[in-house]
Amino acid sequence: MRIFVGVDLGSTTTKAVILDENARVVGRGITNSRSNYEVASQIARQEAFVRARFNLTHDAIAADPELAGVEEQFLPLLARKFRLRHHLEELTRLGEELHRAAESPRLESLRAELDQILDEILTAMVELANKHFGALAVRQSEFFRDLAAADYMQMAEARADPKGISFEILSGLFDQAILPVENSSSAEALAALIGDALDAALTASATTMAERTDNLRQAVEKARAITLEEVSSVGTGYGRQRLPFPKEQVRSEILCHGLGAHTMFPSTRTVLDIGGQDTKAIQVDDNGIVTSFQMNDRCAAGCGRYLGYIADEMNLGVHELGPLAQQSTCHVKINSTCTVFAGAELRERLSLGQKREDILAGLHRAIILRAMSLLARSGGVDEEFTFTGGVARNPAAVAALEGLIDENYGTRTINISSDSIYTGALGAALFAQRGSRQEAA
Amino acid sequence: MSTVQKERSMELQKEMISDHFDALSTAKEDGRKVVYTFVPGNLTELIRSFDFLPVLPEINALQSGMRKLSGNYISEAEKQGHSEDVCTYVKCDIGMLKRGNVGPTGKPLPEPDLLLLSYTGCFTFMKWFELLRQEYDCPVAMLHVPYQAEGKIRDHYRDYIVEQLETDVIPKLEEISGKRYDEERLRASLELSAKAEDDLVWVLESAKNRPSPIDAYFGGVYYIGPIFSAFRGTENGVDYYQILRTEIEERLANRQGPITPDGELDDERYRLVIEGPPNWTSFREFWKMFYEEAAVVVASSYTKVGGLYDRGFRHDPDRPLETLADYCLGCYTNLSLPARVELLEAYVNEYQADGFMINSVKSCNSFSAGQLLMLRQLEEKTGVPGGFIESDLVDPRYFSAANIKNRIESYLQMLEQKRMAS
Repeated sequence: MRIFVGVDLGSTTTKAVILDENARVVGRGITNSRSNYEVASQIARQEAFVRARFNLTHDAIAADPELAGVEEQFLPLLARKFRLRHHLEELTRLGEELHRAAESPRLESLRAELDQILDEILTAMVELANKHFGALAVRQSEFFRDLAAADYMQMAEARADPKGISFEILSGLFDQAILPVENSSSAEALAALIGDALDAALTASATTMAERTDNLRQAVEKARAITLEEVSSVGTGYGRQRLPFPKEQVRSEILCHGLGAHTMFPSTRTVLDIGGQDTKAIQVDDNGIVTSFQMNDRCAAGCGRYLGYIADEMNLGVHELGPLAQQSTCHVKINSTCTVFAGAELRERLSLGQKREDILAGLHRAIILRAMSLLARSGGVDEEFTFTGGVARNPAAVAALEGLIDENYGTRTINISSDSIYTGALGAALFAQRGSRQEAA
Repeated sequence: MSTVQKERSMELQKEMISDHFDALSTAKEDGRKVVYTFVPGNLTELIRSFDFLPVLPEINALQSGMRKLSGNYISEAEKQGHSEDVCTYVKCDIGMLKRGNVGPTGKPLPEPDLLLLSYTGCFTFMKWFELLRQEYDCPVAMLHVPYQAEGKIRDHYRDYIVEQLETDVIPKLEEISGKRYDEERLRASLELSAKAEDDLVWVLESAKNRPSPIDAYFGGVYYIGPIFSAFRGTENGVDYYQILRTEIEERLANRQGPITPDGELDDERYRLVIEGPPNWTSFREFWKMFYEEAAVVVASSYTKVGGLYDRGFRHDPDRPLETLADYCLGCYTNLSLPARVELLEAYVNEYQADGFMINSVKSCNSFSAGQLLMLRQLEEKTGVPGGFIESDLVDPRYFSAANIKNRIESYLQMLEQKRMAS
């Protein structure tokens, strides 16, 4: 199977999308970006390949009339089995790294006790892992770092002793250990995990499938046997210059977001992307070709990173900000979206007695006001509008945007795809696919 | 690209500038008087006819920017109380003054004997000299140049300027220099100006060829150097432009592309028109963002701020004061927004440009106001998409390389995509 890969290396997350020859999405991957862009890109790609394999399995099952409907149960089961195995494997590696970090001479006197606490924490984390990947589990995040950090910190807090092994020591060890775990991965190991997960899912299904087990096995083997031949790839995003691609295979994220949004919603004429470091207002024509764009200047005020700082200041996860802001009942006006002053502004308002949710609602509105200015400068908001980027997943930002668009431009169709975070990577993959078609022609 | 090349014209310009700053550094000992004045609407021939030496503060500021000195000068001016949003040319100049008034070549600059303010379009010029007057306590001559709001020069504008020259500017120049106004000397100088202007226009218009033998913005700022500063109306100026023209004629005959700091650009891919001044603190880096993508600037408005010679104006020795008046009125900075749009539109068409870009200067309100409107109107008139970038003249803090590169690349890829679609 000939495939095309697009990678969007953002400042917060790195995304990969795999397309087949008919520009159909066969796999997506996402990971948090690190100081090492190359690793981030590699991990996002690998995840997209894993998903592609799952989807092929899905299609193979769906293609067998005997197995009608089975794919809808089998796939989530397969994904859970895989994720759990992967998570457990990473936990093993985290354990090794934690013990390695504990070997520091500075911790010599606490060593034995420390090793014991770490083992206790790790054992508990393995138990929790089984819960995270249960059939009905709701996970706060899909990233190993986030899940592991939440579990680890909770247990470290419970076990810490201010006079002996303090929480600071334990959290310091985690910070040290997580980096090497995050920054390495191997395609072969993942392939083996997929194999294991397939076998496990088959075994688990056997009891309910009874006489159809053979059909299922055949379908799974068929999907497993397909080779994915990467014809070409295109990179985009904030870190695109560092991707291991030649210059011709690098596209600006403005073009990629334009094309990606057009593909998701073909009548789109205006696209707003709020990413970690920059905000872009883009106008596209009926072919998804960019006709004009505006982006924020050198300052990242009012971009996703700003929300990140606010979340840190409030000791919350970024994903918690929007829902909290939506509980606001009182309008607070905030003019500054300066990332540098974010903390000061926040503390000042809290000290004035303003509520967290009201301040947050004001902050979200301030961010969107900045985006509105860029939209206006790029040519306004046309009939159909698409919002992309990480901030499009924030309900308070979306609500503020909807209100301001209505106020300034009247009724507009506003599209937000649940896969909006992949818009740039999708555009990049489409460029890869088109480029290869042009070469062939 | 081939190897780095140094042309004779470049060497000559360097010598001319260096000699000029040498002369300035010993002006007082040599008994020479000094006039500070601005580039747009400068009266170099008149000033020189009284044997004054001109000092051009914007040139000093941009030179300081290119030599990485402006950041410290700006901080110095901010220490004096000038805010972050004040024109950075002004702050760079004030900072340089506060740090001993050492010019860009490392030699001291003399204090002015006269501040000659012939302000055209930029109203900050007036405030700038107000600040300098406080520092130097020297006489000021002010030449008020009416703004071309209607897009054309009216006879009474010219009469008004000539009257000011006759009744105020020339008497002051006579008084301070101790010399009589010598119209014959002025005429002779204006004749030299016109000669150099002919050659400059030929050079700028050579960019109508494909491939263009010059970059009319990044290269262009060097080409306008002598005529926009102290050398209009001088033999040196005439020589420089003759040599430059000969060099470009040769490039054209050989179908060579423009020279860049990394050698010759031999694969012109995009032809662009640019509005607005370049960034000086990261000039090379900024230029590289264009030539790396094989983008050549074929026409620019910035190279017209000290005179719009390519639209037909020449200094005319037969009408010495009237011609100086017309010159002041016609500088690009003195044009209305519709006139600027009209000029840029003509450039896009005449130079067969693939696109146009605006480099909007953060700290220059008088030039940046209305640029987005210009962009929309130009897109409409030419059918060619416009690009928009933001930086500053000489404040290094306002140059974000990653952001600007992203915009330039995105813009050029957008042009490429459009080209492929059509």
